[in-house]
Amino acid sequence: MSIGHALLGLLEGGPRHGYDLKRAYDERFGQDRPLHYGQVYSTLSRLLKNGLVTEAGVEAGDGPERKRYAITDAGVTDVERWLSTPEKPEPYLQNTLYAKVVLALLSGRSATEVLDTQRAAHLTTMRELTRRKADGDLADQLICDFALFHLEADLRWLELTAARVDQLAAEVMR
Amino acid sequence: MSLLRAEGLSKSFGKTHALEDAGITIRAGEVVAVMGPSGSGKSTLLHCLAGILPPDRGTVHYRDHFGSDRELTAMNDGERSELRRTEFGFVFQFGQLVPELTCLENVALPLRLSGMKRKNAERAARDWLARLEVDGVADQRPGETSGGQGQRVAIARALVTGPKVIFADEPTGALDSLNGERVMHLLTTAARETGAAVVLVTHEPRVAAYSDREVVVRDGRSRDVEFAR
Repeated sequence: MSIGHALLGLLEGGPRHGYDLKRAYDERFGQDRPLHYGQVYSTLSRLLKNGLVTEAGVEAGDGPERKRYAITDAGVTDVERWLSTPEKPEPYLQNTLYAKVVLALLSGRSATEVLDTQRAAHLTTMRELTRRKADGDLADQLICDFALFHLEADLRWLELTAARVDQLAAEVMR
Repeated sequence: MSLLRAEGLSKSFGKTHALEDAGITIRAGEVVAVMGPSGSGKSTLLHCLAGILPPDRGTVHYRDHFGSDRELTAMNDGERSELRRTEFGFVFQFGQLVPELTCLENVALPLRLSGMKRKNAERAARDWLARLEVDGVADQRPGETSGGQGQRVAIARALVTGPKVIFADEPTGALDSLNGERVMHLLTTAARETGAAVVLVTHEPRVAAYSDREVVVRDGRSRDVEFAR
């Protein structure tokens, strides 16, 4: 996740100070990994240096940092560019699970055991996400669904590999 | 303590060995996913467990509501169907509702077959339709409902008799993923509220994620993942 772009996107709604930005970010995107204050302020100072945000006065009151930041035209252009550029699809070609299966076969250990252990671990995580989804709002549901679909893809691969493990054993031992 | 316990189950259809020394244990109130690839024998395992299909070898024991241990595999057809009607509930992929009856009558049917008066049976049926959020289709026939509504009606029918075990064979197989998830949520919530165990046959990991644990069937052999570790 590009934190700079996320903060810029949040600033499009109007000027905010650092603490407020952190709170908005954590609420929307940071349930599992909230931002550190240090990250917020270092990102803001980089955005400031690059002319993507500007200082928009200081808010009266208590608190560590009441300086307000506003997005600039260059910042808006930057957000637009980011949103319209697709994220690079993961190629998923470096696969630890595949390596474990092959190494189990090469060393005469049970590859099925490796696959079963992994399936159980995946399903445990999927159960936790499913429970969280049931108790959560739409944002929770969508975030959990993203994870669930990816884990499901892994599980389908585990199942397919389990079905072909004898064939794979014959190939790797050749 | 186990509610349902199968040991050494084998079942062949002609030359095809569907089950080969398979076993499974279901405890009261738990949701167990039976997983495995197509043709692995998971539906045959469910049918043997539920007393729909007699295995060639092996035993199935069930602890009934009096706490007595009963061997399904030693019962005659009549005893098995009595047990299925009174202690078990069933949800299949589709085709389980009587098309000529309304949804309300469908849900009330198992109670009527047990001799309950129409008024009482329909009152209980209406409550269950409401719990599954389909009271709106009570007076419609199954053919007039959507796939997701039909499955919820089927779940209401499976639960209306207060069964100890629900057998669900690919209950979301004919539904899109949103409807499938809703159906799974409602099924597992209702089962947990009533204390019914669920034996859930599925090849979909996201459906299995609604379970408490999984049993994997491969080449007709089952492997209880939790107990094996």
